[in-house]
Amino acid sequence: MPGITREEVAHLARLARLELKDEELDHFAGQLDDIIGAVARVSDVADEDVPPTSHPLPLTNVMRPDEVRPSLTPQEALSGAPAQEQQRFKVPQILGED
Amino acid sequence: MTDLTRLTAAETAEKIASGEVTAVAVTEAHLARIEAVDEKVHAFLHVDREGALAQARRVDEKRASGEKLGPLAGVPLALKDIFTTKGIPTTVGSKILEGWIPPYDATVTRRLKEADIVILGKTNMDEFAMGSSTENSAYGPTGNPWDLTRIPGGSGGGSSAAIASYEAPLAIGTDTGGSIRQPAAVTGTVGVKPTYGGVSRYGMVAFSSSLDQGGPCARTVLDAALLHEAIAGHDPLDSTSIDAPVPSVVEAARNGDVKGMRVGVVKEFAGEGYQAGVMQRFDESVELLRELGAEVVEISCPSFDKALAAYYLIAPSECSSNLARFDAMRYGLRVGDDGTKSAEDVTALTREAGFGDEVKRRVILGTYALSSGYYDAYYGSAQKVRTLIKRDFERAFESVDVLISPTTPTTAFPIGERSDDPMAMYLADLCTIPTNMAGNAAMSLPCGLAPEDGLPVGLQIIAPAMADDRLYRVGAAVEAAFEARWGHPLLEEAPSL
Repeated sequence: MPGITREEVAHLARLARLELKDEELDHFAGQLDDIIGAVARVSDVADEDVPPTSHPLPLTNVMRPDEVRPSLTPQEALSGAPAQEQQRFKVPQILGED
Repeated sequence: MTDLTRLTAAETAEKIASGEVTAVAVTEAHLARIEAVDEKVHAFLHVDREGALAQARRVDEKRASGEKLGPLAGVPLALKDIFTTKGIPTTVGSKILEGWIPPYDATVTRRLKEADIVILGKTNMDEFAMGSSTENSAYGPTGNPWDLTRIPGGSGGGSSAAIASYEAPLAIGTDTGGSIRQPAAVTGTVGVKPTYGGVSRYGMVAFSSSLDQGGPCARTVLDAALLHEAIAGHDPLDSTSIDAPVPSVVEAARNGDVKGMRVGVVKEFAGEGYQAGVMQRFDESVELLRELGAEVVEISCPSFDKALAAYYLIAPSECSSNLARFDAMRYGLRVGDDGTKSAEDVTALTREAGFGDEVKRRVILGTYALSSGYYDAYYGSAQKVRTLIKRDFERAFESVDVLISPTTPTTAFPIGERSDDPMAMYLADLCTIPTNMAGNAAMSLPCGLAPEDGLPVGLQIIAPAMADDRLYRVGAAVEAAFEARWGHPLLEEAPSL
């Protein structure tokens, strides 16, 4: 059974936008390796001819009539914003300098 | 004078409706109780004294003007801090939402207000509802009122502790893998996970959307049913909300009876890892059901052995996706925005600072399970296990009306004992997880104290989807029989705080 290495944890943390500290990487790598070792037993059923279940209910799209209804005011929608400007969410730079 | 905090919710509502007491007096009594004991228990993250008293005054005015009051009008309630509350902080037990004031009410919050229930405040929880002990709260642990050095269960430990310490007769929890039932079991209270889709998830901060379900916590089966009825029912704002009548849970709770019912004992929930005193009380419950006229048979659900493993792939996968919304852009914490860093870097720094260890572990685990190369072996297989669990339940419910098991393999463990051993912590939800995977309904109610440690043991009752009323019919019969045997409700044996 493949385990998980410290390098893989670092890679996954980057994908998940978590700026982990070195000591966290050491700590989590061992724990995640244990957890993955324990949950890997699900793969016993990998070859069984069983359909997957993603949800307890048979889901279909639920639509509502396209009608105007009350909603948050711009002020309410922005009330939790870390920064705002001209009734918009103000965010750090998205594109690089060059 | 009666101690107003010792009454059940049903008794409280009756006394308010008849004019024997005012809603304001009831609310004040509970606020005083919180003041007196919550420093020790730490069930609440936020107490809304002014809001609670204002709501209580409205109830008293309604009554004075002759308006009809609902069945829980004026009854105080503790709300898990995972439901948004307009104008009142909602943290989900996380630093990433510290100080956030939602601009809207969750549907559950709105329905509580419409039912004239008095919301006392918001209760402590494991961060983002990930945990079985409430130790993962960013705001410190909650104590179990039976022994403050032990865990009150989790993730809804604040809600269970609040009702077990008489700070409120009612509370709301959420149950993704057992977070209503396991806290109920270890605090000697009643908790119900309704059928998936039975209670709206709108405004309930998402952890694992295909598993999360809000539900009632109370000290009696009838109180849980009254609260269940107040919050359940179709909600157009939740596309997974079931558009069908709510099962008649209150009527069932008033007519507890198991005569002629077929009850299945889940064979897989016993053996290694199960505390002797837990099994002793469970076996007594089985005997009691027989004495009350139920036919009890053993049922095998072989795929349940893989439920925990499948859960710890599915729940982290869904959470890694759901928690992507905490990006430091629109609400909540923002760290490191000094004008030199990119939005992406600020997101990563904020999530590092704002999330606790268990949330980080699960986000990484979910990212791993969903990554190409592992997806089929892990997430894909977990979804197959989910099908097998559904089939086990379907087969079981062809021959029995309800299933029973211990709610949790052990009584409340000491705070700190499992906090850095994730796998040991996960075992607390061994018996509760299959119900979430299949989406059906389950209840935990007290069935006695374990002889070796004197701590409460929970009996779990599981019903098919949309047969929530069966939980209450069986639960009410068991509760009445046990209380007749004990001579009082189990909680009266808890030490005074």
